[in-house]
Amino acid sequence: MGDLGVGRVVLVTGVSRYLGGQLARILSEDPAIDQVIGVDVVPPKLKLPGMQFVRADIRNPVIAKVLGEAGVETVVHMGVIATPRQAGGRATMKEINVIGTMQLLAACQRTPSVKALVVKSTASVYGSGPKDPAMFTEEMQPRHAPRSGWAKDSSEVEGYVRGFARRRPDVAVTTLRFANFIGPGIDTAMTTYFSLPVIPTVLGFDARLQFIHEDDGLEFVKRAVLKSYPGTFNVAGSGVLMLSQAIRRTGHQRIALPEFLFTPFGRSISQAGLIDFTAEQVRYLTYGRVLDTALATSTFGHQPMYSTPQAFASFLARREVSVA
Amino acid sequence: MPNAKIIPIRGEEPIRPRLVDDLEPDLLARLMEFWAFVQRRLAGDYCVDDLGFDPEFNDKVLMAMMRPLYKSWFRVEASGLENIPDTTGALVVANHSGVIALDAVMTQVALLDDHPSHRHLRMLGSDLVFQSPFLGEIARKAGHTLACHPDAERLLRDGEIVGVWPEGYKGIGKPFAERYKLQRFGRGGFVAAALRTRTPIVPTAIVGAEETYPMIANATVVSRLLGLPYFPITPTFPLLGPLGLIPLPSKWFIHFGEPIPTDQYPKNAADDPMLVFNLTDQVREQIQQTLYRLLMQRQSVFG
Repeated sequence: MGDLGVGRVVLVTGVSRYLGGQLARILSEDPAIDQVIGVDVVPPKLKLPGMQFVRADIRNPVIAKVLGEAGVETVVHMGVIATPRQAGGRATMKEINVIGTMQLLAACQRTPSVKALVVKSTASVYGSGPKDPAMFTEEMQPRHAPRSGWAKDSSEVEGYVRGFARRRPDVAVTTLRFANFIGPGIDTAMTTYFSLPVIPTVLGFDARLQFIHEDDGLEFVKRAVLKSYPGTFNVAGSGVLMLSQAIRRTGHQRIALPEFLFTPFGRSISQAGLIDFTAEQVRYLTYGRVLDTALATSTFGHQPMYSTPQAFASFLARREVSVA
Repeated sequence: MPNAKIIPIRGEEPIRPRLVDDLEPDLLARLMEFWAFVQRRLAGDYCVDDLGFDPEFNDKVLMAMMRPLYKSWFRVEASGLENIPDTTGALVVANHSGVIALDAVMTQVALLDDHPSHRHLRMLGSDLVFQSPFLGEIARKAGHTLACHPDAERLLRDGEIVGVWPEGYKGIGKPFAERYKLQRFGRGGFVAAALRTRTPIVPTAIVGAEETYPMIANATVVSRLLGLPYFPITPTFPLLGPLGLIPLPSKWFIHFGEPIPTDQYPKNAADDPMLVFNLTDQVREQIQQTLYRLLMQRQSVFG
């Protein structure tokens, strides 16, 4: 767990989306890092002065050339996308997530300069259901394995990452399983959901939710880049919010639908382009999921600044500012 | 009961003469308090723990609904409360009966209201509970969780009082003729959890719950159709429809027995199946003996 030395080159995938871009900015401002190379299929919306942008598709072998020529030491994989809307369809999304990760890892395996890999994963790899333990620790297997969408992609990605870690034992691999990101800047399916004027829920169920503030999440990625912490870690703000409680805090109306109506309702509003409602998300909003974050806080020696309720409050504060 | 004790509850408060003049500000204050509670709830301004336990909702709504049943309907007499620690963890293991798990809820009221430290009982429920709409939601808010090793050990390690009913559906769904006969005790998982966390086991006997819904038959065809572990036929249900849901007003006794310590065993004792079986038998035997003793002392079922 020592420092990897000063004068390092870091490659970040998915920089044209919010979190990737923010991470590239934070890393390029850090004196311990020499150069930040950002990779994405589309150019970033915001200019990032400290970052060198390479327009490349991680789904093709070009990425190996970039890695080798720049002598990249640390690869940060932020390129797993959560919703089909961001990719332009589920098929493309799956291809970017799974084939993209495979190509990236293949390139890393061939590049001797790569010494560390940090992967942004998600807590949704644990699935959610009635047989879940109250809190998930890192070594637990899912009781209701995700069968579709982002969650399934992410568990496949984690599988490939584990395979890579076996083949390149000299590379420090850190997998961070984040609770849902929330905060003043980020837009996710969750922020859209909580912005609906009437928020649908499943009748007779009240999920336990956990959030991670965007600044806290990025802080953990940054720490994993600057110092090496190999392993898999749950990262979430402390405490939980019940779904009903979160909705009351938004001040919006809640409509409780029976389960058999909720899924078709969710599908029709996602077809209308209002929100991406996947089957996994419906399960999450029904049964919820809570992470045990003791391992991350003790290993990293750092506690998220925002608790789950505070992170949610910072999201609500943004909305009030934009209304005013 | 020889070792029963009278525990003064809020005994220090002087008894004030209730005059019409001083009733009014009292009522007003209570109304104001209630209004503040409603507003807090509507704004989502309350805290739940990591397991979803909502102490305020539990105390002010769920337990408030159960208290009349506890005090006036079943006239529960709780004894042996000194066997429940004030601050540390313990595992309460009790017999299960009465078609719906009212015995578990009454034990929860007993520990919250009659124990000097007002302990919350955190029960371990079956996955069927957490699959069912409303039931699962309420169970989480009341502080209960799924019966699994990680949850049991987490709660015990956090110093909570954990409640298990190892007979499960075999206990509550047994015919009236088999009342107060303990059923098989699962796989003894609760003993392993207590051994791993080195918390004492408190064998607890509940008398009275068997007579609330005397189950004379089990409609297996209906239960299979509904996906339930059993479907009870009682003298009043389903004959009288919803009226049949009213429990018979039997007189209840809950006795928290002598704790069985687990800290004298070696660290890996939970991996010794013989020890786990023996301890399970010891707990079961102690509950059965206490049940017989309480039944001998009981004057009449509804007394």
